[in-house]
Amino acid sequence: MIAELGHFALALALVLAIVQSVVPLYGASRGEPGLMALGGSTAIGQFALVVLAFAALAHAYVTSDFSLATVAENSQSTKPLLYKITGVWSNHEGSMLLWVLILTLFGAAVAWFGTGLPPDLRARVLAVQGMIGAGFFAFILFTSNPFLRLSPAPPDGSGMNPLLQDLGLAIHPPFLYLGYVGFSVSFSFAVAALIEGRVDAAWARWVRPWTLAAWCALTVGIALGSWWAYYTLGWGGWWYWDPVENASFMPWLVGTALLHSAIVVERRDALKTWTILLAIVTFALSLIGTFLVRSGVLTSVHAFAQDPSRGAFILLLLVIAIGGPLILYAARAPSLQGGGIFAPISREGALVLNNLLLTTAAATVVFGTLYPIFLDVVGGDKISIGPPYFSLVFGILISPLLIAMPFGPLLGWKRGDLLAASQRLIVALGAAIAVALAVLLFVRPAAVLATLGLGLAAWIAVGSLVEWSERVQLFRIRFGDTLARARHLPRAAYGMTIAHLGVAVTVAGIAASAWASERIERVHAGDSISIAGYDLRLDKVEPVEGPNYTAQRGTVTVTRGGALVTVMHPESRFFPVQQMSTTFTTIRTDLLSDLYVVLADGDGQGAWTLRVYEKPLVPWIWLGCGVMALGGLFSLSDRRWRVGAAVRRARAAAGAAADD
Amino acid sequence: MRRLIYLLPAAAFTALAIYFFVSLSRDPSVLPSAMIDQPAPSFTLAGVGDQPGLARNEFAGQVVLINFFASWCVPCRVEHPLLMNVSRELGVPLYGIDYKDKPEDAGKFLSELGNPYGRIGADRDGRVGIDFGVYGVPETYVIDKAGRIRLRHVGPLTPADVAKELAPLVKALKGS
Amino acid sequence: MKAIVLAAMLGLAAASALAVEPGERLADPALEARARALSAELRCLVCQNQSIDDSSADLAHDLRVLLRQRLTAGDTDAQVLQFMVRRYGDFILLKPPVQPDTYLLWFGPFAVLALGAAGAAIYLRRSRRGPDRAPAPLSAEERRKLDKLLAEDGA
Repeated sequence: MIAELGHFALALALVLAIVQSVVPLYGASRGEPGLMALGGSTAIGQFALVVLAFAALAHAYVTSDFSLATVAENSQSTKPLLYKITGVWSNHEGSMLLWVLILTLFGAAVAWFGTGLPPDLRARVLAVQGMIGAGFFAFILFTSNPFLRLSPAPPDGSGMNPLLQDLGLAIHPPFLYLGYVGFSVSFSFAVAALIEGRVDAAWARWVRPWTLAAWCALTVGIALGSWWAYYTLGWGGWWYWDPVENASFMPWLVGTALLHSAIVVERRDALKTWTILLAIVTFALSLIGTFLVRSGVLTSVHAFAQDPSRGAFILLLLVIAIGGPLILYAARAPSLQGGGIFAPISREGALVLNNLLLTTAAATVVFGTLYPIFLDVVGGDKISIGPPYFSLVFGILISPLLIAMPFGPLLGWKRGDLLAASQRLIVALGAAIAVALAVLLFVRPAAVLATLGLGLAAWIAVGSLVEWSERVQLFRIRFGDTLARARHLPRAAYGMTIAHLGVAVTVAGIAASAWASERIERVHAGDSISIAGYDLRLDKVEPVEGPNYTAQRGTVTVTRGGALVTVMHPESRFFPVQQMSTTFTTIRTDLLSDLYVVLADGDGQGAWTLRVYEKPLVPWIWLGCGVMALGGLFSLSDRRWRVGAAVRRARAAAGAAADD
Repeated sequence: MRRLIYLLPAAAFTALAIYFFVSLSRDPSVLPSAMIDQPAPSFTLAGVGDQPGLARNEFAGQVVLINFFASWCVPCRVEHPLLMNVSRELGVPLYGIDYKDKPEDAGKFLSELGNPYGRIGADRDGRVGIDFGVYGVPETYVIDKAGRIRLRHVGPLTPADVAKELAPLVKALKGS
Repeated sequence: MKAIVLAAMLGLAAASALAVEPGERLADPALEARARALSAELRCLVCQNQSIDDSSADLAHDLRVLLRQRLTAGDTDAQVLQFMVRRYGDFILLKPPVQPDTYLLWFGPFAVLALGAAGAAIYLRRSRRGPDRAPAPLSAEERRKLDKLLAEDGA
C-alpha cells in the first residue's frame, strides 16, 4: 500500500515536471507573471512528492518488505538497521530515486531562495530543471522502478554486498549526488541565459552560490569515496583511476574551472560564452558519468552484467539534455560577446590559464576513460588503460597549474605586473626550497619527484598566505590596522585562501606516499613485525560472531621504543549469505601518518599473514579536500551573494515611486 | 567561420553519442584471445586418476576441440550435457584440460556426470592454462591441423554457439 | 548465464587468500622490487579494476609467481611484459603501448592543450585589436533623461 503511494507520487511528480518544463517558459517569453511564478510552486510540489516516494521506499527497507523486488535483491532481515536505511540507495533503482530527490531539492531551493532573481530568469531556470526532472522521472518509472512487486514475496532477501555495509560508503553517494545534481542548477542557469540571449555580471553572481555549493559537495563526496576505498579494500590504495572514480572526477575538474571563469564574467564581463559552455559541459559530464556506470559499456572484463535497455534510455536522455543545449549554444553564443579586454599577463589571463589546464586535465581523464570504447568500436585492439597512464599524463598537465596558482591572485585585473608579483612570492619560493632541501637531507629513501611535490605544496601554501598578507598589509602597517583589515575582508577572499591552502595540503599528502613502507609477513601468535620505528606483536587470533558474519579477530599490540602506542584488532570476515570474505582493516592515525594493519587468511595451523603499512601524511589527502570544501563554504557564506536584499529594496523604492 | 567554431562542442558530442550507441550493443565482458592464429602452446600433462594424460604432439595433424574445465566450476556443469554429444556431432575429438583442480575431485565430477573427453590432461598449477591465455573456466578452443588456435569461446557453450560458431569453422578446417 | 560464470569466478577470487604472499617473494631484493613494479603494470583480468600486485584472485597469484620465475630466469622487464602480452593481448597492460592506434590517446591531451592555448592566444589578440569597447559618452539630452530617472527612483 505504502509502496503504491510512493509509485503514484513519482507518477504525479512526472506530470508536475512536464508542467514545469513548459508553462514557466511560455510565461517568460510572454512576460506573464502568473505563469512564471507557477514554476516555483511546481518545483516545491515535485520535491514534496519525491520526499514521499523516497520515504515509502525507505519504509519498505526498514520494515524488510521483501514483496518489493529491490528490497528482496538488496536487503536482508539480519542486516543492521543503519545499513537497511543506507541500503535504500546502494543499488541502481534506489540511487536513481536519491538522484531525483536531490534534483527536486535543488529545484525547490531555487524556488525558495531565488526570490531575488528576475522572474523571467527564475522561470526559465526552473523550466530547464523541470525538463531534466521529467527525463529522469520517465527513466525511473519506465526502466528502473523501485516499487515493482514480487509475487509471491520471498521469505528473506538476498542481502547486500558486505563491502557496502559501511558508514563511509553509505554517506558518500548523497554527497556525490549533491555535487553532480547540484551542477544541474548551473546548467539550467546557462541554458536559461542562452534562451534569454543575455549573460551579464548579475547572472554570474547569481550562478556562483549554486556552483559553489555543488562543488563543495562533490569535493567531499570524492574525498569520502577515496577514503572509503583506502580503509576498506585493504591495499592502502586510495585512487585507482577506475571508470567509476573518473566519472566523478571529470565533472569536478571542469566544475573547478567553471568556478574560476565565472569570476571573470562577474568582474570583467569577459569569457561569457566560455563560461556558459563550461556550465553545460560540467553537468554533461555528470550525466555521461551516470550513463557510463549504469549502462554497462565500461565494465572491466569480468564485471556484472548490466541492462543495455537502461543504457539506451539514458543515452537518449543524454542526447536531448546535452545535444539540445549545445545546438542552442552554437546558435546563440556568437551574439553573447563580452566587453572586457585584458592583457595576457593579468588576473584574467591567469584564470584563462587555470581554465586551459583544468579542462585539458579533464580531457585527459575523458580520453583515458573512453579510449577503450573508441578503439573497440572502430574495430581495433582491445586495450586497457590504468593508473600508469593516468598518473603520468595527468601529473604532467596539472603541475604547471599548481606552480602558477600563487601568481594569479597577486596579478591585477586587466593588466598585471608579473615582476612585482614574483618579488612578493620570493618568500614562498624560499619556503619551497627550504622544505625540499630539508626533505632531501633528512628523509630516507631519497625520492626526487616526491621531494619536488612537497616543495610545491609549500610553495602553494606560503604563496596563498602571501596574497592574504598583501591584502591586510601584514607587517607594513600597524598590527591593529592589519587586524581590522583582516576582519573586514570579504568572506570570499578567505574562501579562496583556505581553498588554495587545502590544495597544498592534499598535494603534500599525495607526494608523501613515496615514503610509505610495508611489511607482509607470515606470523604466529607472539611474533613481532617492525616497521618505521613501530613494533607490532600479534598476541592472538580468536573467532568472533557479527550480526551477519563470522570473523577471525586478531589482537595486535603496537609499541614504539618499548612504550605502548595502541592495541589494534584487524579482522578477516566471512559473510555466509553472499559466500564472500573481506578483511576489516584497522588504521591508527595521528593525523600525521597512518599505521595500517590487515589480517589476511591463516593457514589453519596457527600462522597468519599480517600486512602492515606505514603511510606518512596520507590523512592530509582527505584533510586537504575537507579544507578545500571549507574554503568553498566560506565563499558561499559571503553576504554579497545574498543579492536578494538589495534588489528587494530597490524594487520597493521603484514601487513607491510608481505609485506617485 | 567563427560560427563554425561554436558548433564544435555539438559536433564532438554527436561523435561521442554515436560511439556510446554502438558500444551498447557490444559485449564488454569477453576478452578476445591474443593467440588466434598462433600455434597452440606445447605441453605434456599427466592424466586424471590412472587414465593416460594429454600432450600437444599427440594430436598434431588433426582438427581438435580443447575444453578447459574444473570440478569446482558451476557453468561447466551447465555445458556438460552438450559436451557429451559435441564430439560426435562435429566429428572431431574433444580433449579436456582439468584446470587448477584436484584429480580426485575431477574423477568424481566425471563419474557423476559422464566423461565426454577422449583424453584429459590435469593442469594442476594452471600453467598450461596461462600459456593458452585462459582467464577463467570454461573455455573452449578449436585447433586446426597445423596446430594453430583458430577460435576461443569463453563461457559455457550453448547449442547456438555450437551451430553458429563451432560447426562452420570445424567443417571448413576439416575440409582443407 | 553470464552472471553464473562471473559469480563462479568472483567466488574463486574472494575465497582465496592474499596478494604478494610472503611465500611468493624472491630472495633477491632487486629482483623482487622489479617484480613488484612489473606487477603494478599488469591488469588482473578477473577483477574489477586492479593490478595483479593488488589482487587476491587466484589468477593474479599465478601470474605473480610466473612473473617472478621469468625474472629469475633472466628475462628483462620488457621480455616479461611481452611474455604476458603474447598470451593475453595488450589488454593485460595497464599502461597502453605507444603504437599507431594509441597515438591519439598518448598525444591527444597535449594536442588539446596546444589547441586550447592557440585558441586563447587568438582570442586575446583579437579582442585587443578590436574596436574600442568603451561606450560613447552621453549626450546632453541623454544626461538630462538619466538625471530625471535617478531622481524618480529615489535610490
